[in-house]
Parts: sequence; structure tokens; C-alpha cells
Amino acid sequence: MTNIQESEWAVKCEKLSKTYKPDIQALKNIDLKVSPHQIFGIIGPDGAGKTTLFRILTTLILADEGKAEVMGCDVVTEYEKIRRNIGYMPGRFSLYQDLTVEENLKFFASVFGTTIEENYDLIKSIYQQIEPFKNRRAGQLSGGMKQKLALSCALIHKPKLLILDEPTTGVDPVSRKEFWEMLRQLKEEGITILVSTAYMDEASLCDAIALILDGEFLKIDTPENIVRQFEPTLYSIRSLQRSKLLTDLRGLPAIDSCYAFGESTHATVIHNQISPEALKKYLSEKGHTDLEVVPIAPTVEDCFMELSKQMHQN
Amino acid sequence: MNKRNKNIKDIVNPNQLLSRFNPRGFGALKFLLEKEFKQILRNKFLIRVIIFLPLIALSLLPMVANFEIKNNNLAVIDNDHSPSSSLFIRKIVSSGHFHLVSVRQNYNDALNDIEQDRADVILEIPAFFEKDLMTTYSAQVNVTANAVNAVKGALGSGYLMQIIHNFSNDLRSRFMAGNSKIQTPAFEIVPRYDFNPYLEYKFSMIPAIIMMILGMISGFLPALNIVGEKEKGTIEQMNVTPVGRFPVILSKLIPYWIIGFIVLTICFIVVWIIYDMVSVGGYLEIYLFATVFVLAFSGLGLIISNYANTIQQAMYLMFFFVINFIFLSGLYTPISSTPEWVQTMSLFSPLRYMIEALRSIYLKGSHFGDLWTKFAALVGFAVFFNLWAILSYRKKA
Repeated sequence: MTNIQESEWAVKCEKLSKTYKPDIQALKNIDLKVSPHQIFGIIGPDGAGKTTLFRILTTLILADEGKAEVMGCDVVTEYEKIRRNIGYMPGRFSLYQDLTVEENLKFFASVFGTTIEENYDLIKSIYQQIEPFKNRRAGQLSGGMKQKLALSCALIHKPKLLILDEPTTGVDPVSRKEFWEMLRQLKEEGITILVSTAYMDEASLCDAIALILDGEFLKIDTPENIVRQFEPTLYSIRSLQRSKLLTDLRGLPAIDSCYAFGESTHATVIHNQISPEALKKYLSEKGHTDLEVVPIAPTVEDCFMELSKQMHQN
Repeated sequence: MNKRNKNIKDIVNPNQLLSRFNPRGFGALKFLLEKEFKQILRNKFLIRVIIFLPLIALSLLPMVANFEIKNNNLAVIDNDHSPSSSLFIRKIVSSGHFHLVSVRQNYNDALNDIEQDRADVILEIPAFFEKDLMTTYSAQVNVTANAVNAVKGALGSGYLMQIIHNFSNDLRSRFMAGNSKIQTPAFEIVPRYDFNPYLEYKFSMIPAIIMMILGMISGFLPALNIVGEKEKGTIEQMNVTPVGRFPVILSKLIPYWIIGFIVLTICFIVVWIIYDMVSVGGYLEIYLFATVFVLAFSGLGLIISNYANTIQQAMYLMFFFVINFIFLSGLYTPISSTPEWVQTMSLFSPLRYMIEALRSIYLKGSHFGDLWTKFAALVGFAVFFNLWAILSYRKKA
């Protein structure tokens, strides 16, 4: 990411705000800069404002306040240039279900003034997987294949920036992995990728991420840096009495916060105030059996929980 | 890695595509139309509806939308049992308008027939009917009609009155011939019904029904199509492409305009085959009027598609407009017999002008010169609706 000057951002937002009627503020004064040629993840739960941000960047809606530029073009005045040079894959499958795979691809190529042949090399590795079904109607494809078709259609005009809104939501784990593999290949082709997801575990697959909650960015950095900046000590706790565990942990002043994390429960402790052994002892006195308390390295999700807690405290 | 060092402005050359092809213009229209036709032709359900709706409407509706009252069920109480009273009853039944369903002994039994919905009209002939006729030259009969269906009740009793009137005239001329005391009517009215000599309701209904079908196909189907794309989210995928909105909207309208005119032509052929009815006036004028009418209706459809977010909302709005337009159009009842404020309201129904124009051309052979006010009104509607559609579209975008 060297040699790229300040003005050359793939995406640049300044004090962007969007309020929906009556008073739902989807975006609150956000600033964002995305350098080109990377996979940039916008990560946050449903309703955080990810789709609103993407709809502004793809020129589908207008922001109430602030300024946004995509590849140096203003989203309001130069939307035509932007539309020519971005590929957008909305969260919901929005290709024509009554057209076949090939017809969809052909159609989107033609409205961008190009042909499948012209840009075949770019989509080849993705499209080849669905090419055996090219005469099947898009509505009859499986979820994974639909997604590949949508990606092919978003790429057919060789966009410089690819915007993907929750592309892996509702996709099985194997297809998700495959999908991220495709994104990495596209990055190698020089395409900047802006992707949103609610899955925190996908954060580590991005070059840089922005954690978003309630229309505000909690942090924008590389996943490694975000994890490194995590201050408290983190314990992973397992117990047979799971339902009771959270209540018992919250009763302990040394525990800063705790939350369910998959099969186990994560608890943060400020400045090593309690050792794993002491915590184990306390919990077994409370009647927990099969206890397991292990100090662990934080993940992006832990960072997100910590940051969102801090935001709510402010 | 060299790629990364490039300035992004070098990589992004927005004019690179522009020089070759301008998708914002109408160059993309060809591809859009191709897509729409593919989708329509693939939609078996829609094709069937487009073909069968006019056929069924044209073969069924003119028969139903008919105010001639036939087969009135008649209950008779004959208290006289004289040759005159039975002649009278035979006369009524042979008119074809009445079915004799029951002969009762007293009025209450007959009234019961009406309550049980067996009879529509009661005719009570008093005792000494014949005697009164012969001696005083006048007799009274009692007619009671069920007016739950107001039209049927009124017309039923009206027909009956007419038959009674004719009967008494007959009697007068038969028995009182030469009797100077009795005046026979001085003149007889023989009506002549211009342009529809047998007063067939269907001939005035058919042109109106054809226009209704055309309005639905060309006005509402494209609007439903647009709202459908909104609902499915596919319109969003279109909106991020460089294709402008005008080509997109035109690509929605043109196929249904074409289908509408094909259906219109089919309707004329069907009407000719089933009812042996051809236009007295020129078809060129009909198509000219239809074109403006279609423009007006598709404009209305577009307005609805701008405000509705789901097909359900759009359908309901259209239902509202269609029902009001139809009832204010004079399709079923003459506008001139409605209250004045309703007559004023009916000026806002584009269907009114179209139906009036088409009836004039079809039945009377009117020329454009006779109908230019109606044409101007339709042009006004087309301009108004389409302007509104464009303005409301901008606002939402």
C-alpha cells in the first residue's frame, strides 16, 4: 500500500449521515477511507448501517449530509462514472430468476456495453463452475450457484471496485470458504473489494476492516492491529451449568464483561485481577461442574464486544 | 506488484466505455426490450391471461351487462275466473317477459311467494273484473313488485303496466267500437331507435368493454411489472448499471403497448365473429383514439408504480381507480341521469371520453371532427398523468 497518495482512495467518506423517517439514524457522521487493491471488510451486526452505506456508495440513495467519493468521483455529481466502474452484489439475490444463467450474464454484459467474451478471463474461474448449468433458469439454481452467478454478473464489465453486501449470509461453511478464496483471486487481478458481513470470523480474511455498530464506526484498522490493541485479559470458560454461568460471572466484580461465545463463555478481566485458578475455585463454589477456565488470545469478535461495550458506556 | 503502483485514475478511465457505447441513451433499449419480451413470452400464466381475459369478457360480459328484464317470475291471484281475466293472463305470459310460477287463492299466499324468492311480481285481479270492464268500462288490478333489485322491480312492473295498457286498448277497440263516449288514443307512439334499432344493450356495451380490456393490459400490466421488479429487488441491480431510467421505463411500456394493440385487433375480430358487429366509422380513428388512451392509462400505471412498493399495494390502488373510472364512465348507466356533482366527477374519468368516442365511431360512424373535444380531453389526461409520473419518479430517486 505504498506510493498511494492521500487523494487516491477507492472510497472516501466524510461526515456521512443518513436518517430514515421518522427518526432512525442509520449512519451518524461517519468517516471512511479505503485504499485500493485490498479486501476491505465492513463488519457489524444486522441493522448497523452496512447496507445504507453501500447504497450511498453505489449511488442508489443520497446521503442527508456529508460527502462520499468512489474512486475519486463524487457520488452525487459523478454517479454515472461510478456506475460504469463498480460491480455491486446486493444482499438479496437480484438477478432475473426467469432468465437462464447465460441470459442473465449476457444481459448484464450488454447493458454495460460489453460482451461475455471480452471479459471472460476475469470471470472464467467463477463462471466455469456454473457453466454446465448455463441453460438453467437462475431461479432454479442452488444458493451457492446463485451467488456465483451474481458475482459473475457483477464482474462482467470488469469493475475497478466490487461492492458486496453480506455475500456469505445464509451460505454454507464450505461455500463461504470457497467464496473468500474467489475474492482473494479477484484482489490479485487488481480489483478493490468492499465487503460487508455479520460474521466476525470472516474479519481475519480481510486486509482491513471497519467495525460498525448503530451507524458508527467503532474502529478502522487491520484485523491484526485491532486484535493487538485488545487490552483486558480474556478467559474462555466452560461449565455444565451454562445457563447459570453468566449470572454468576456478573456477580464477580473482577469480571469486566462476559458473553456467550459459541459453545463456551468469554469473560474479560481488567489487569489480571483474577487468575484462572481463582475464578475456577469461585465458580465451583457456586456449584459449577466440569469447569474449564483457559486464558485465550482475543478474536475480532472479542474486540467488537469490548468496543461496543465502551461505546455504550460513553 | 507494478499494478499497485499505478495511479488509480490511470486504471479508471470513465470515458473508455463512453466513447464506444452510451448506455444512458437509447442504445440499451434494444437489449432491455429483448429481455422483457423473453420474460413475457416465458410467463405462460400471463400469456394465457392476456388471451383468455378478452375472449371471456367479450363473450360473457355483453350478455350479463344487459338491462332488459326477461323471465320475471309472476304470481297471479285471479279472483274473477272469467274469460276476460284468463285472456288477460295469457296475454301477459305470452309477452315473453313473464314466467307464471304460481296461481294463488289470496294475496298473502302470493306475498309469501315473493318472500321465498319464488316470484318477482304479483298480479291481483279483483272479483267482477270482467263485469266492471263491461259495465263501467274500467277495472282495477293490483300490481306488487319485489324491489330488492330496484332495476328489476321497476322494469318488471313497468312491463306489466305496458301490457295492461295494451290490453285495455285492445278491449276498448273490440267491445266499444262505435261507442262515441269512449275515446281511443288520438295518436300512437312508434319509437325509432337510431344506430341500435333493436335497442340491444350489447351493442353499446361491447365498445366499452374493449376499451376496458385495452386500458388494463397497456396501463396496468407494465406498472405491475415495475412494482414486481421493485419487490424482487431486481430494479436495484438495474439502477447500479449505467442504463438510464427512460430506456428502462420504455422497455417496460413498449411490450405491453404492442400486446395491447394486438389484443385490441383480436377483440374487433372476435366481436365481428360472435356478434357480427363491425365499426360503422373508421378503424383508423379508433386506433388513433386508442393510442392516446393507452398513453394516458400507462401514465397512470407509472404513477401507481412510483408510489407502491409491493404488488399488493399496486393492485389495490388500481382496483380503486378502475372501479371508479368504470362507474363514472357511463359504461353501465348513462351519466346524464346521475346527480350533478357525479356528472362533474365523471369528467375526471378518462374512460368516459374513450367509451363515448368509441361508441360514436363504432355505432354512429362519427368522424374525428365530431369528436375532437374528447380527443383533446384524452390528450390532456395523457400529458397530465405522464408529467406526474415523471415528476414523482424524480422525487423518489
